[in-house]
Amino acid sequence: MRGAVLVLRAIAAREALRFVRQRERFVAALVRPLVWLLVFAAGFRAALGMSIIPPYQTYVTYETYIIPGLCGMILLFNGMQSSLSLVYDREMGSMRLLLTSPMPRWWLLVCKLIGSTLISILQVYTFLVIAALFGITMPLAGYVAVLPALFLAGLMLGGLGLALSSFIQQLENFAGVMNFVIFPMFFLSSALYPLWRMAESSEILHDICAFNPFTHAVEMIRFALYAQVNFGAMAVTCAAGMVFLALALWGYDPARGMIRRKG
Amino acid sequence: MSGIEARDLSFSYGTKQALSAVSFDVAAGEFCALLGPNGAGKSTLFSLLTRLFTAPQGSIKIAGADLATRPRAALAQMGVVFQQTTLDLDLSVRRNLSYFAALQGIGGKDAARRIDAALDQLNMRERADEKARNLNGGHRRRAEIARALIHDPKVLLLDEPTVGLDVAARQGLVAHVHALAEAGLCVLWATHLTDEVRAEDRLIMLDQGRILKNGMAGDIAAGRPLTQVFLELTGAAQDAGVAL
Repeated sequence: MRGAVLVLRAIAAREALRFVRQRERFVAALVRPLVWLLVFAAGFRAALGMSIIPPYQTYVTYETYIIPGLCGMILLFNGMQSSLSLVYDREMGSMRLLLTSPMPRWWLLVCKLIGSTLISILQVYTFLVIAALFGITMPLAGYVAVLPALFLAGLMLGGLGLALSSFIQQLENFAGVMNFVIFPMFFLSSALYPLWRMAESSEILHDICAFNPFTHAVEMIRFALYAQVNFGAMAVTCAAGMVFLALALWGYDPARGMIRRKG
Repeated sequence: MSGIEARDLSFSYGTKQALSAVSFDVAAGEFCALLGPNGAGKSTLFSLLTRLFTAPQGSIKIAGADLATRPRAALAQMGVVFQQTTLDLDLSVRRNLSYFAALQGIGGKDAARRIDAALDQLNMRERADEKARNLNGGHRRRAEIARALIHDPKVLLLDEPTVGLDVAARQGLVAHVHALAEAGLCVLWATHLTDEVRAEDRLIMLDQGRILKNGMAGDIAAGRPLTQVFLELTGAAQDAGVAL
């Protein structure tokens, strides 16, 4: 047990150190949602009217509406970023060092996941503080209640990144992930517009959005920011997280040999 | 007790057979050179021994522990130095070793004591607080070997550890690792350079996934230069048009 905690601490500390060394990554992770919040949302405020839907009890501005989606955006991009670093680690050999540890492989991968999720949460809170400075605030209790929701969503999206990293054989292929995973996942969700609006345009797109686990992660965060629990969204996020983690464990299984390199 | 017992190992990448029925033992206190040309299957064998891949056929025991059924016990007895450097160049040598100690479940004062002992063994104590980036290739390799010894393994695996090193650094490293074997460690040293093998070393010659020779290097060479024997056996001389 002590050994497992030591491994978690060491891997989390290493992720933190890597993050501190890559300051531009921190800035980029914040600039992206802030541009959406301060530029995109300002432009679309008038065009996109928000009706009163749970968890909101009154009309909210568009900026307020997209805050949970932008929190999700940070977690999503960070999850993919950490999968990029896993592919890099594998090419550079340090992943091999990790995988030859006598600790169970599933635990090593979970530690990686927890480490990168904690970094993502730190970025989300920084984003929420900056949003508050611009007058976009949530109920005080929401800032606390959102923590477990961010953790769950971060694990789910990090799990997706981990699973993808086991499939991606070369760093150069990572651009494809951006086009085929991140953008569809983000835009086909409730991050930028409520699902009822999507249904008005296309039922099929609405159904795809409703199926997208990122939608459920965003809704879970949205409710948590108002100190409420969306059990349905939480269940889907947990289930998707377990599926992604199982896929990652399968991908990194030495018998499957997805991490194979021709010797 | 045998340090490494490999039995009937086979492995393929799709239709390409990389290893065919490879069996060998390496005893405690033995320096065993795994010699083979590029593409012989050395790195594949290393990946199987370190459980990066699982052999679909055959078995591996490390210090008596079966790698398939008792992987934790087997990996805990194994120190590994990969061909590519796996140091975090922005961390000090000590912090690199400390990270690895944690991966082995070793922390606190015990880790500090073991790190100092491992660094002493490789004459690296005075470089402990330098960033890995500032070390030359030879010292980086030594730091990696020190790291591989932190948890007192019974088996040390090194996959072409001298790649990219100058002659002096290569010779120094070979001497260090021979000293470790003399102290009782079971060493498997993969290389494609015959000058790293001494006459008194065990030698396993691998080519195209098969063991060509397994015995004492001096016996295999039988008074002739080992390079010449190696080139003849692997057919590399004809391929390269070298006159023997």
